[in-house]
Amino acid sequence: MDAPGPGFEFEQPIYDLHCRLRELDEQSEKTTEVEDEVRGLRREIADLTKQVYSDLSPWQTVQVARHKSRPHTVDYLSLAFDEFVELHGDKHFGDDQAIRTGFAKLDQFKVMIVGHEKGRTYKEKSACYFGCSHPEGYRKAMGKMRMAAKYGLPIICLIDTPGAYPGIGAEERGQAQVIAENMYAMSRLKTLIICVVIGEGGSGGALGIGVGDRVAVLQHAYYSVISPEGCAGIIWKSHEYASKAAEALRFTSDHLKKLGVVDDIIAEPLGGAHRDHHQMASRVKMYLIKTLNELSTIPVDDLLQQRYDKFRRMGVFLESGESAAEATV
Amino acid sequence: MSQAAAKRQKRGVPEGLWQKCPGCQETIYSKTAEERLNVCPLCDHHFYVSARERIVQVLDVGTFEEWDADLKPADPLEFSDKRPYVEKLKSEQKRTGLNDAALTGTGMIRARRVALGVTDSAFFMGSMGSVVGERLTRLVERATEQDLPLIIVSGSGGGARMHEGILSLMQMAKVSAALARYGEAGGLFVSVLTNPTMGGVAASFASLGDVVFAEPRALIGFAGPRTIKATIKIELPKGFQTSEFLLEHGYIDRIVSRDKLKSEIARTIDYCGK
Ligand SMILES: [Zn+2]
Repeated sequence: MDAPGPGFEFEQPIYDLHCRLRELDEQSEKTTEVEDEVRGLRREIADLTKQVYSDLSPWQTVQVARHKSRPHTVDYLSLAFDEFVELHGDKHFGDDQAIRTGFAKLDQFKVMIVGHEKGRTYKEKSACYFGCSHPEGYRKAMGKMRMAAKYGLPIICLIDTPGAYPGIGAEERGQAQVIAENMYAMSRLKTLIICVVIGEGGSGGALGIGVGDRVAVLQHAYYSVISPEGCAGIIWKSHEYASKAAEALRFTSDHLKKLGVVDDIIAEPLGGAHRDHHQMASRVKMYLIKTLNELSTIPVDDLLQQRYDKFRRMGVFLESGESAAEATV
Repeated sequence: MSQAAAKRQKRGVPEGLWQKCPGCQETIYSKTAEERLNVCPLCDHHFYVSARERIVQVLDVGTFEEWDADLKPADPLEFSDKRPYVEKLKSEQKRTGLNDAALTGTGMIRARRVALGVTDSAFFMGSMGSVVGERLTRLVERATEQDLPLIIVSGSGGGARMHEGILSLMQMAKVSAALARYGEAGGLFVSVLTNPTMGGVAASFASLGDVVFAEPRALIGFAGPRTIKATIKIELPKGFQTSEFLLEHGYIDRIVSRDKLKSEIARTIDYCGK
């Protein structure tokens, strides 16, 4: 285990146990006592990890969702899918690296993948602007999704972005326009759509590929109207209040489910998805297969009606004389 | 001049007998501006108008019938920063006389019945929470059922309202989905962008008009200029994210000054045979 970096101070006690374990492992002579201690330590590590990760604060959750080793779209593509045939370009301006699209096979299903990609190396990260898509990314996504609908392929959207890119070119090429158009078109697309927030669900940038028949979120992912730093900047005029903002925004998986914004939560391996890519990918795979089986029996007109109703229900307000208490969730 | 008054004038809200125009920096007689629908007589700067005033400007006299006036904002997150959201709501309600940032209803434009929605940028910066989303969605659904042309006049510096969290974001999808059905049913949607139209409002219904009008020199865009500047760390070009900038880049159909808005809407409805 790596030493806990900034933001991961909560992992320090787990790390300390790991260090002790390594010390024991390195001992040349393994007495029964040492072996007993090793066994005890392993159990202790598992228990402590479980305890720490079952009680993450919202701000800690954000750190986990952004963890440098957290599995990204490309990891799921290689671990959960049997094949990925990338389809590039928006046929208009360029090939945005922040959204990857293409054919993929999953069990017996042929699907269209649309996924944010944040990159792992510095070079990859800067090529895709750390997962912040420009308008051409959303246009590319929409183009491939339309094609999927034409040929009856289910669509799987993997959401993982800090937000749509804020820049001059992005504004010139219609960032607001493309996000609006994607939601508009996805709501009527005649094929089934499953969206999974695998890391960061950053505002409009996430929602631009986030309208579907099922929306799931990984246990330690988050989905928010604004980044905690952005919210802190507006309210407290300082990013240092980000943890307070994270608390106030109620964007962790349990709240998202309670608010009716996501349908399902996919549990992460012990200690977060970054600890075990294989297990995480296999859980996502199982979820997708189960949901594909379930949704593919529904006639497309019913599917569209249900998709509409699902988003139609979202929101909390008071109507004629209700008191505030009745409307809180 | 008090600091509060100075702040308000900066936003272009007319106050008192005289006011300084942020467009030309001249002091102008407020009454003259009011007579010109809150437009500066010297430089054509378009001041803020409230949702109620806008309805009067756009519809035939006395024809407005409000819909869903009984919807009121709740506090699903129990959001509190320095002050609880519910308290802030109360003071915004008192200050503006609105119970949330959008008014919706039906009325006549040159004797044509229309469905009209207006957001008011003075209420929580015109941001969209559940009430704005629900009112607009119901407006679009009724326009679909009754086969009415739909007009939404947007003014929102706030985009999706932070205080209602993820539910505000989801209103973008909700309204957009309703507009998609309306569009499939053959409805005509005229979207009018006013200063400012930003964030989640720009990135949803405001950009989805069959015809998109914008008032002159309005600030319109996805990301706020400050956010962009902080990200790219260079000065933004002059006129960036204005109506004129959007026209040049192909995202709006026409720049329409306020005195022509009603007749331009009527003409569009006429051309589309609605
Ligand atoms: Zn002036």
